[in-house]
Amino acid sequence: MNAAPSARPPVAAAFRAVLRREFAGFFRTPLAYVFLAVFNAFAVSLAFFVGGLYESGVASLDRFFLYHPWLWAFLAPAAGARLWAEERRQGTLELLLTWPVTVWQAALGKFLAAWLFLACALVITLPVAFTVGWLGDPDAGVIAAGYVGSLLCAGACLGVAAVASALTRSQVIAFVTGFLGCFILVLVGYGVFDELLSGALGSAAVDEVRRLGLWRNLEPFTLGLLDARPAAYFLSVAFAGLGLSAIVIERR
Amino acid sequence: MALIEAKNLRKAYGELLAVRDVSFAVDRGEVVGFLGPNGAGKSTTMKLLTGHLRADAGSASVAGLDVADDPVEAKRRLGYSPEGAPAYGEMTVREFLRFAADLRGLDDAAERVRATLDLCRLGEVAGQDVDTLSKGYRMRVGFAQAVIHDPETLILDEPTDGLDPNQKHEVRRILKDMAARKAVIVSTHILEEVGELCTRVIVIARGEIRCDESREKFLARGADLNAVFRQFTA
Repeated sequence: MNAAPSARPPVAAAFRAVLRREFAGFFRTPLAYVFLAVFNAFAVSLAFFVGGLYESGVASLDRFFLYHPWLWAFLAPAAGARLWAEERRQGTLELLLTWPVTVWQAALGKFLAAWLFLACALVITLPVAFTVGWLGDPDAGVIAAGYVGSLLCAGACLGVAAVASALTRSQVIAFVTGFLGCFILVLVGYGVFDELLSGALGSAAVDEVRRLGLWRNLEPFTLGLLDARPAAYFLSVAFAGLGLSAIVIERR
Repeated sequence: MALIEAKNLRKAYGELLAVRDVSFAVDRGEVVGFLGPNGAGKSTTMKLLTGHLRADAGSASVAGLDVADDPVEAKRRLGYSPEGAPAYGEMTVREFLRFAADLRGLDDAAERVRATLDLCRLGEVAGQDVDTLSKGYRMRVGFAQAVIHDPETLILDEPTDGLDPNQKHEVRRILKDMAARKAVIVSTHILEEVGELCTRVIVIARGEIRCDESREKFLARGADLNAVFRQFTA
């Protein structure tokens, strides 16, 4: 062995190593498979039994995507809870941060790994799309747009979850606070909540507030519209969460 | 040039001044024993040197690189094992070391992992989850990740804590083997380690350096090292 540091740029290496470890980390425990199964079961049963996807007689997945904000609000914090809380609990945060990696590289690596994992959950639901395609003649572009929207929505929920995880050493607390944060984003734009708000703020203001909700931003995607504004909304929430989690860790 | 250098380091936790005006320099070939009672500021000083904590005042450098100005480069040249040797419990020893090697961007990661497993005598538990290891093995895993890149500087926070005499001897043997090429700081509250391992002693108490001298001088202070220790730290 010799002491000369390697010539490869450490920046990319560190980021890649974190990304790979975190992604593989999901599958180290049975939790990942439970997660994927639960997500799939809920996504499908909500669409068919609550949304009446089959009875509607329409070859479209908008009733499938309708429940995705709820699913992500619950499951993104479940997947994201470990990101930082586990490092704090195990004491490995000190190790990681005294290795040649910046907090931002680590935060981005962790975030993208978790997002990739959520994407796997989404991929597993593809048979739903094929079923609809088999039963009728849906617009494949519309369905693809719905999946893109759902993935972006997952990223936004994960942003909230990342902040929650950075703030505590308990995965349970990280999950609960992350869920509450996402829950608020789901509620914004829902009927009951709107009525409450319009009493206090007036209907014009409520319309503005609704733009901040998950569903309002996912809806255009489920109709086949790849709109820049809702995409920017999801990405803003995702990266704001990512950035905030990095700042929290840096100032620990 | 000193490989590890602390200049007027100061760090407070709220009201408590944990490290006050600590300065020293460690050259290649030196193994500095960091002695002091619990809560004396040993770990805090190490965290300042490794860039894990930011100093309120003063500066720290590793291999000539300021840890605040050039943290990533400084950390590449540093091996550090925090107190208790934390590691990712759900990974196997080999996976964990591979992760450490990959994160450091080592070109010959697989070879480094193999050599480090050998060096630290971890071969027989390489496939075991870190969580399932005994304390002795765990400490060695912490040590292994710190030396996997064969750094010029090594900072070890209580690397022999909780080990049985044989295991302690083993860690000291490995350290001694590599010490000539490195600057090493080892914190301990085991006074016998001074004689066996260190070339120099720094006694720290209440955040201040109370004594900084060669091993020979320190050992000459008296046959009863415990008494010497109390005299400096009382």
